[in-house]
Amino acid sequence: MLLNAAGATFPYPIYSKWFDVYHTAHSNIQINYQSIGSGGGIRQLQGGTVDFGASDMPLTDEQIAGFKVKILHFPTVLGAVVPTYNVSGVSTDLNFTQKALAGIYLGTITKWNDPEIAKANPGAKLPGDDIVVVHRSEGSGTSFIWTDFLSKVSDDWKNKVGKGASVNWPVGLGGKGNEGVTGLVKQTPGSIGYVELIYALQNNIPFGKVQNAAGKFVKADLAGVTAAAAGAANAMPDDFRVSITNSPGAAAYPISSFTWLLIPSQISDPAKRDAIKGFLTWMLADGQGYNEGLSYAKLPKPVVDKEKKAIAMIQ
Amino acid sequence: MSSTATTIEQAVPPKAGPRAFAKRLRDGDEIAHLITLLFAASILLITSLLVYELWVNSKQSRAAFGWGFFTKVVWDPISGDFGAAPFIYGTLVTAVVSLAIALPLGLAAAIFLAELAPRQLSDGIAFLIDLLAAVPSVIYGLLGIFIVVPLMRTTVGPLLIHTVGNVPGIGKFFKGPNYGVGFLTAGVVLAIMIVPFIISVSREVLLTVPREQREAALGLGATRWEATWKVVVPWARTGIMGSVFLALARALGETMAVTMVIGNDPKIAASLFAPGYTIAAVIANEFSEATGDLYLAALIELGLVLFLMTFILNGLARILIVATERGGGHPS
Repeated sequence: MLLNAAGATFPYPIYSKWFDVYHTAHSNIQINYQSIGSGGGIRQLQGGTVDFGASDMPLTDEQIAGFKVKILHFPTVLGAVVPTYNVSGVSTDLNFTQKALAGIYLGTITKWNDPEIAKANPGAKLPGDDIVVVHRSEGSGTSFIWTDFLSKVSDDWKNKVGKGASVNWPVGLGGKGNEGVTGLVKQTPGSIGYVELIYALQNNIPFGKVQNAAGKFVKADLAGVTAAAAGAANAMPDDFRVSITNSPGAAAYPISSFTWLLIPSQISDPAKRDAIKGFLTWMLADGQGYNEGLSYAKLPKPVVDKEKKAIAMIQ
Repeated sequence: MSSTATTIEQAVPPKAGPRAFAKRLRDGDEIAHLITLLFAASILLITSLLVYELWVNSKQSRAAFGWGFFTKVVWDPISGDFGAAPFIYGTLVTAVVSLAIALPLGLAAAIFLAELAPRQLSDGIAFLIDLLAAVPSVIYGLLGIFIVVPLMRTTVGPLLIHTVGNVPGIGKFFKGPNYGVGFLTAGVVLAIMIVPFIISVSREVLLTVPREQREAALGLGATRWEATWKVVVPWARTGIMGSVFLALARALGETMAVTMVIGNDPKIAASLFAPGYTIAAVIANEFSEATGDLYLAALIELGLVLFLMTFILNGLARILIVATERGGGHPS
């Protein structure tokens, strides 16, 4: 039994680990995953060339209307995006208010010693340098999470720019991939960029704290990301299409997100259907144990329970 | 005459008929003819298929934006508003900058290798140049990020801003904030990439210029440089132009190395230090995550625009070659 899947690149390391471990335990089931990007995964699922897809952003209502069968969302792991910067003379972690991040990316805050940044960092000696904004050049789930957060905390951002894998950035330079953004930030004095938490952790890239919905400055870590998901779990809609940026809870890291598997609700081949259901059940139990080794945050228990029930909807 | 003609007619089998065709098939002529024709036709087929696919799949975007697509400067995937102007501008500017650097450099190097250097040295260097032409573009991109970008930001950029930046007229091209990434850096990296093409092809062409041409010039009392510059180079002009347009084609279509150093910001700015974007780079960057039919159609239409640009530039090149041939040179 060979299952084909395609989609998001962000969860690719954990997915390939899962599919590999699952294949070792169930030698008759092999899952072939192409990390071609969320948009490509959605298109391939629409075209019927893959058995299931994967995406860093939930399908929009418009996209759902484009499918012949109902598509179910299954959150698999959690990711987060962190601000990284290069400011001369600053060695401690900087605190970023929500207003500050939105202002910097809108281009309304242009100097490092702007009062909005300074008031959150009383101890730091902030220079009067110009801020050089760096964003991702290619369409990516990372940019989606970042712009989703900015849309929630700033009406200006929401109205002028919006959220998406690629947006019309008001200011800044584009770097290709996490490594491109990191490269530009490291090289350019006065710059700020954003990268995936997992990338920052694995490459020891310093990053700042971000103010959450409770007003606390939180340094991103796996527990904080899971806390953000738990904070949103109560209000979780039945189709799991939920944004958990700026989620409530004192410990919640505000720029967090689920990543989803996109599974058709009707699978005509019973063997395939059972294989996919079997994998989902395993992923929600044993599979979650592999997350932290690869720096992905675990799903909180209420979400796992809800998903287990949802598996029955695949027919 | 008539008797000879008869004998020949007897010797040659009748033109029509399956038997004659079979014989020619056996001889191989017809096979060679068919196969080579087929391969030549495949180029035509691929080109027309390409244009057809780009045309059909960009329908939605063409319908939505019309000719305004060429002049609009907005690129907003969220509101679904797309224009190609910043990308056309970026593609042209980087190509022009790269040629402005690579052409004199490549031509001078080719002249030295073909005319002045000892043959062994020339062959050795030519081998290295061919190696350079085969280096993958991502390697040049890395070279750009780690060497050219810091150099532009700390040394070359400030130097240009303080010198050429103050010259009236062209000064505006060398002003403004200098991040290290931008049009100029992309042009420099492209120049490094295309210079091997110009050197390699131009050198070969210069080497094919007949010895008599040089000897005649020298015999008329020309100095060695005069013979080279006034006789040999004009003779090889068509071939040198060919190398330049091969290089230009690579510069227009280059994706990876450009996107790594251009800053990827779809804006039109006079300053060469400003970040920009090219058509090939934006297609590569946004295609995989493009959701929505209009967005995808707009990216495909950009591909069509790039094809059109290449087509026009190639046409101009032909005209240029024809025009310059009137002034003398190799009667090819």
